[in-house]
Amino acid sequence: MSVGKYIKDVWGAVRSLGRGMKRTLYYFTHHKEIITQQYPDNRETLNLPERFKGEVVMPHDEKNEHRCTGCQACELACPNGTIKVVTRFDMIDGKKKKAIDKLVYHLELCTMCNLCIEACPSDAIKMAQTFEHSVFDRNKLTKILNNPGSKIMDGVE
Amino acid sequence: MYRETQIIAGSSHPSFAEVGQPGEFIINVGPQHPATHGVLHLVITLSGETIKKVEPHLGYIHRSIEKMCESLSYRQFIYVTSRMDYLSAHINNHACAMCVEKGLQVEIPPRAQVIRVLMDELTRIASHELWWGAMAMDLGAFTPFFHAFRERETINDIMEETCGARLTMNYMVPGGVMQDIHPDFQKRVKEFIQLYKRKVHEYDEMVTGNIIFQNRMKNVGVLSAEDAISYGCTGPTGRGSGVSCDIRKLYPYEIYSTLEFDEVLETGGDSFARYMVRIREMNQSIRIIEQLIDNIPEGEVLTKTKAVLKLPKGEFYTRVETARGELGVYIVSEGGTNPFRIKFRSPGFSNLSVLDHIARGSKIGDLVAMMGTLDLVIPDIDR
Repeated sequence: MSVGKYIKDVWGAVRSLGRGMKRTLYYFTHHKEIITQQYPDNRETLNLPERFKGEVVMPHDEKNEHRCTGCQACELACPNGTIKVVTRFDMIDGKKKKAIDKLVYHLELCTMCNLCIEACPSDAIKMAQTFEHSVFDRNKLTKILNNPGSKIMDGVE
Repeated sequence: MYRETQIIAGSSHPSFAEVGQPGEFIINVGPQHPATHGVLHLVITLSGETIKKVEPHLGYIHRSIEKMCESLSYRQFIYVTSRMDYLSAHINNHACAMCVEKGLQVEIPPRAQVIRVLMDELTRIASHELWWGAMAMDLGAFTPFFHAFRERETINDIMEETCGARLTMNYMVPGGVMQDIHPDFQKRVKEFIQLYKRKVHEYDEMVTGNIIFQNRMKNVGVLSAEDAISYGCTGPTGRGSGVSCDIRKLYPYEIYSTLEFDEVLETGGDSFARYMVRIREMNQSIRIIEQLIDNIPEGEVLTKTKAVLKLPKGEFYTRVETARGELGVYIVSEGGTNPFRIKFRSPGFSNLSVLDHIARGSKIGDLVAMMGTLDLVIPDIDR
């Protein structure tokens, strides 16, 4: 290796390190350029996208009525047995009518794949924008989605 | 051959033992080691500092995904594949959805095709961003990781808005995509392209041009084109050795045949060539996104399919180019609602198998650099 090439190599090395350090100094002097993000502690003002898949919930209206007919399409669509629909028969005007007793949802099994929401023919369930699911007792992760005493909305078949 | 050194983790052997010829040592790297990016266990035979042999021990994160898929229906099994190569979850889902569509002989709408390709390319950039940050971190540079994640976070936000999840989306379903894109999607992607173009020169300034980085990458882990073919290396690992193996060019799927992009090829075959392939590939992905983002055709995003999908009796195979290489999905159908057998040809497995070949004879300090350029994702290897 000639002396000229050696000096050229050393000079190139110093220049390359200098270029990197210039970038470092740029960020050292430009505090406004944010690179990292804070953990979303601002729960009240936080706006997650409406499609964010946090957990499955069943919306109820003010009369404590839901839209679930108990057709079990979500249970069939679920790949890992997260949803169990327990049905009962109500006597309405002397006729037997199928209704849900409980819609059991195992959050600990759920992978938020959205297949149950897609399968539901009456839009009874939807995804909620929650994201902190850790609890101390795993039994708390098994949820019953319909409120106690709730019944099906009029006009939903 | 698999356990020829007779060293099994957790046995009575010490993790650092003198075996075989005098002066030869065995070192366990992993299964839980920050440089292996997952639970990969490497048993390395050393002579001094020189690597004599590298034996990867697999199975620490085996979840038997292929077997699981046999008990799931054709709609349900796609979500599992997001958990294989979780950094290119969209592309995995895409391959499976395409294979089911091939069996059903369903045409998907043009809008869905464009959305799929856009999502694939965004995923590819996100995956390469993470790889670039982790690669620099493997070599001891910590800052680039945060810079890479700044751009990657933007992509994740776009995904979150449209698909509802950041990593395991399950957005591509047989027949198209699950939902239409978010109204802000195009605006956000254009903002991302602006950000990327403004910041991409930092990658070269901070890492690519750095003399320490170049000295650790050049002429390290040289893989010849013949060996790349015989080991089945695909993706940037194969293209770094000059093997033309881009599925998007060779066997175009969806609308790739109508797009203008170059297949990135480097001829060096060393770690630096593989690095440069990925860096240049990000620019090609940006080029594809720029072509498509203003030309998303109107229309449906999901072809109506039956509620219960049944594939005809036969065998179906599709392949796509993930961020790591060629992913093949092979479905054997007996005509029922569940696949009879599913086999995934994952790129990571073949790329890992070449590690022993390229690492022999080099120093142990370079092992992590070689492993980094192979871009291993362990859940993809074990499945």
